[in-house]
Amino acid sequence: MNHPLAEGFFRMEKLPHIWCPGCGHGIIMASIARAIDKLGLDKDKVCIVSGIGCSSRAPGYMDFNTLHTTHGRALAFATGVKLANPELEVIVIAGDGDLSAIGGNHLIHAARRNIGLTTICFNNNIYGMTGGQYSPTTPTSEKGTTAPYGNIDKPFDITQLAIGAGATYAAKTTAYHVPQMDKLMEAAIAHKGFSLVEAISICPTYYGRKNKKGSAVDMMNFLKDSFIDHKVAEKLPPEKKEGKFLIGEFLNKVEPEYTEQYDKIIAQLKK
Amino acid sequence: MADSKENLTIHINEAWCKGCGICIAFCPKKVLGFNENGKVTMLDRENCIKCGMCQMRCPDFAIFLGGKE
Ligand SMILES: Cc1ncc(C[n+]2csc(CCOP(=O)(O)OP(=O)(O)O)c2C)c(N)n1
Ligand code: SF4
Ligand code: SF4
Ligand code: SF4
Repeated sequence: MNHPLAEGFFRMEKLPHIWCPGCGHGIIMASIARAIDKLGLDKDKVCIVSGIGCSSRAPGYMDFNTLHTTHGRALAFATGVKLANPELEVIVIAGDGDLSAIGGNHLIHAARRNIGLTTICFNNNIYGMTGGQYSPTTPTSEKGTTAPYGNIDKPFDITQLAIGAGATYAAKTTAYHVPQMDKLMEAAIAHKGFSLVEAISICPTYYGRKNKKGSAVDMMNFLKDSFIDHKVAEKLPPEKKEGKFLIGEFLNKVEPEYTEQYDKIIAQLKK
Repeated sequence: MADSKENLTIHINEAWCKGCGICIAFCPKKVLGFNENGKVTMLDRENCIKCGMCQMRCPDFAIFLGGKE
């Protein structure tokens, strides 16, 4: 017998995937597939687009229309796909480096336009694929191969960045909080307009080793103990929230969607 | 629901298990463990509550609830 999800939604001949033991990316990839299943989307109407990185290998395993593009540019390709065929459900999978370093400009403009794409960021706080260079989400003073004495940069909060740029749906979750992640994925995919889910992943191989974070289980325990839903946090006394990171749905609003506005212009000119 | 749970049991695809230990650590009933190959194994099938948390957190599709054969 095979895993029910693997059988229906993944390219069985490509599994097992090549990610390291305990890499959080597999947990997030499965959550996306469960959300698509739960929403009952037509598999042929789903298009999954990625750039380059460990995370960006996900579409290679997923049995939908898939597009593996160049580093940082997934959103640019996805914008083209969505404009050409607005009825497709276009989902972008991107690493924190892919999305917020080289691809940062595409992120803010896709959000600003409120184009109907769903972006799932697999945020492991490092460049996994190329061997552990620090990324724009590496916390200050943590280490990477390019920051052997500790990172002096201040990290981006990708969720807040998307909100600031004009996204209409934004949420954050972690590879530990799977039931929450499933719900947020579903809401983000169903959302009309630009939606982003920042899923905190774990990279035991590079981020973990460089920063002495222990095993994959230790890193999952860190996620479990350090992240709380912001709605739960609201009701807690200050001392219980100290040092915690907030997760959950941060924004969900309705604004005109880009491809619809574009189609309106075309209709007007045809009159 | 209760009925469908009755017919479910944990399946393990040892070939895909990478031995990360995540399912073992976060199983609420602590019924999973490692075998001699460093892969996951069911230690106490009786006490598994079929909550599916192991399936949800396994990064490798290596453990899941499915029908009894
Ligand atoms: C134009 C270009 N610049 C740099 C690279 C090298 N490169 C490949 S993946 C990557 C970063 C990967 O990190 P991230 O996007 O966070 O994904 P992860 O591997 O951690 O999942 C880089 C810099 C490239 N492939 N193309
Ligand atoms: S290097 Fe890190 S991100 Fe890449 S597969 Fe390994 S654990 Fe995952
Ligand atoms: S279904 Fe729940 S109780 Fe059973 S092995 Fe998995 S995590 Fe443990
Ligand atoms: S979580 Fe998956 S890969 Fe890790 S030990 Fe359990 S079955 Fe094996």
